[in-house]
Amino acid sequence: MIKANSKPLGEVFGFIENCKKVLVLGCGGCATVCQVGGEKEVGVLAQALRLKAGTEGKQIEFLENTVTRQCEPEFVDPVVEGLGDVEAIVSTACGVGVNHLVERGCPVPVFPGVDTVFMGSTLEHGEWAERCAACGQCVLHLTGGICPIARCAKNLLNGPCGGTTEDGMCEISTPENPVPCAWAEIVERMKQLGTLQELGEIQPPKDWSTARDGGPRRRVRADLKLDRQEQKVQS
Amino acid sequence: MKSGSNLEKVLQAGHFALTAELGPPMGPSDEEIKQKMEILRGNADAFNITDCQTAVVRLSSIAAAIMLVQGGMEPVMQMTTRDRNRIAIQADILGAAAFGIKNCLCIAGDHQKFSAAGKLKGHPGAKNVYDVDSIQLVGILKKMRDEGLMEGGDPLDVAPRLFIGAAWTPMAHPLEFRVTRLAKKVAAGADFIQTQGIYDVERFAEIMVEVRNLGLHEKTAILGGVIVPKSAGMLRYMDSSVAGVSVPKALIKRMSAAGEAAGKDKKQARRNQSKEGIKIAVELIEQLRETEGVRGVHLQAIEWERAIPRIVEPAGLLPRPHV
Ligand code: SF4
Ligand code: SF4
Repeated sequence: MIKANSKPLGEVFGFIENCKKVLVLGCGGCATVCQVGGEKEVGVLAQALRLKAGTEGKQIEFLENTVTRQCEPEFVDPVVEGLGDVEAIVSTACGVGVNHLVERGCPVPVFPGVDTVFMGSTLEHGEWAERCAACGQCVLHLTGGICPIARCAKNLLNGPCGGTTEDGMCEISTPENPVPCAWAEIVERMKQLGTLQELGEIQPPKDWSTARDGGPRRRVRADLKLDRQEQKVQS
Repeated sequence: MKSGSNLEKVLQAGHFALTAELGPPMGPSDEEIKQKMEILRGNADAFNITDCQTAVVRLSSIAAAIMLVQGGMEPVMQMTTRDRNRIAIQADILGAAAFGIKNCLCIAGDHQKFSAAGKLKGHPGAKNVYDVDSIQLVGILKKMRDEGLMEGGDPLDVAPRLFIGAAWTPMAHPLEFRVTRLAKKVAAGADFIQTQGIYDVERFAEIMVEVRNLGLHEKTAILGGVIVPKSAGMLRYMDSSVAGVSVPKALIKRMSAAGEAAGKDKKQARRNQSKEGIKIAVELIEQLRETEGVRGVHLQAIEWERAIPRIVEPAGLLPRPHV
């Protein structure tokens, strides 16, 4: 899922310090799962902002709300329509949520309450790591299910660079931020699977046009669109 | 002849080849390059020009390589895939070829976070490119040269004549994959290989058995890497912190002993260690020369180009062949 970090309180406060009424809007999806922007964290952030406003001598009212998912019109539209005299929104959803609120016609500024960092998995409670970079043409069948695009610092496709350390770490790894070498892991995994010889095959330059490099991406499922139109017609 | 470069000719004539490294300065100083050129002239068959090594900005490898060509010396232009996408790579290769640069070493390059291993600030916040990896880069150059085609398939007006090189770190983790990496580089079209610095020649020789069994030494020219040691501290650092480099304890001891022999005189200790380092480099060259399948050496005296003439002469590598 998508992972994010809370922005520093001072930074968030700076966005809204001249407003009178602010909505702190959480998301029940990924932001809740990675414990950065769900109902609980919205409460904590709103309270912290209230205290900050108090110490700064500012009169700001903070409202709290958390929707099921900020990336879906059905959950966001009622919020946008019912803003009343709210002057700004601080969204604790990932960046998608902020964009989506704007896209759904939100009449007031929407500010990010979090820094969205990556798509990843939970290693253990309180620790997450990047696992996919959404390149648009998955190569995991070639690499033992370990992603060289998201997990190799140079997104190499033909095996490890010369920088892998003796204990299998990436050349950018530091004690504070340990980064395992994805290719050391790929080799190990494929050895286990008995498929190491497949890595002898040369992978040609990747077509990055399906990744972010090809421009903003959009996905259309004509079949689903058609279904929905039919449903509408029937009802 | 694929390129007609001096390095290619020397190798084709069956000579033991010699390349040496020339690091461009951190400023627009043609003077410094010219000085280094005069130190190195005649002391190798071709000279590697590093490409923002350790992700630190330096005068570009292409510009420095052009200076060498114009000064009558042959460069091996290093090119990383860190800073250029396939469009820039090919444009630069055509430009380089137009200036008479014939050798290109294809590498991924150090990650920008690496920034001189933290000794300099570097640009850890830079965006990297890595549109292609080093093996794909080799393939791109081969396609340009042999098929006269760009990576995307468009025809070139004239195909560049290139002698294509790649780097190889035989002793880095995961060891069981390193010979395969070499095989892939050769299959992609690497005409020559320059290895990471080797101090443990015995271990390297064992790996070379595997290389010979696959016949790779015949399909490409392998030049063994020698990094001239300057001090015991440097050897210890290389052993512990440089991936794929392991330094036998005996060598570190030798260097320490050389330093200690100077007693409290720190200057003398440094001199002693430099001298010992040069001796060690000469011995490494000799050992590599005896290793079957090794067709030359690649000498690196990092920010110490003056050491090169003092090594190649006693190593019996002078004069360099005229071919
Ligand atoms: S190969 Fe692409 S799609 Fe597959 S996991 Fe990696 S980044 Fe994601
Ligand atoms: S050390 Fe491993 S993960 Fe890091 S850049 Fe090299 S191959 Fe990729």
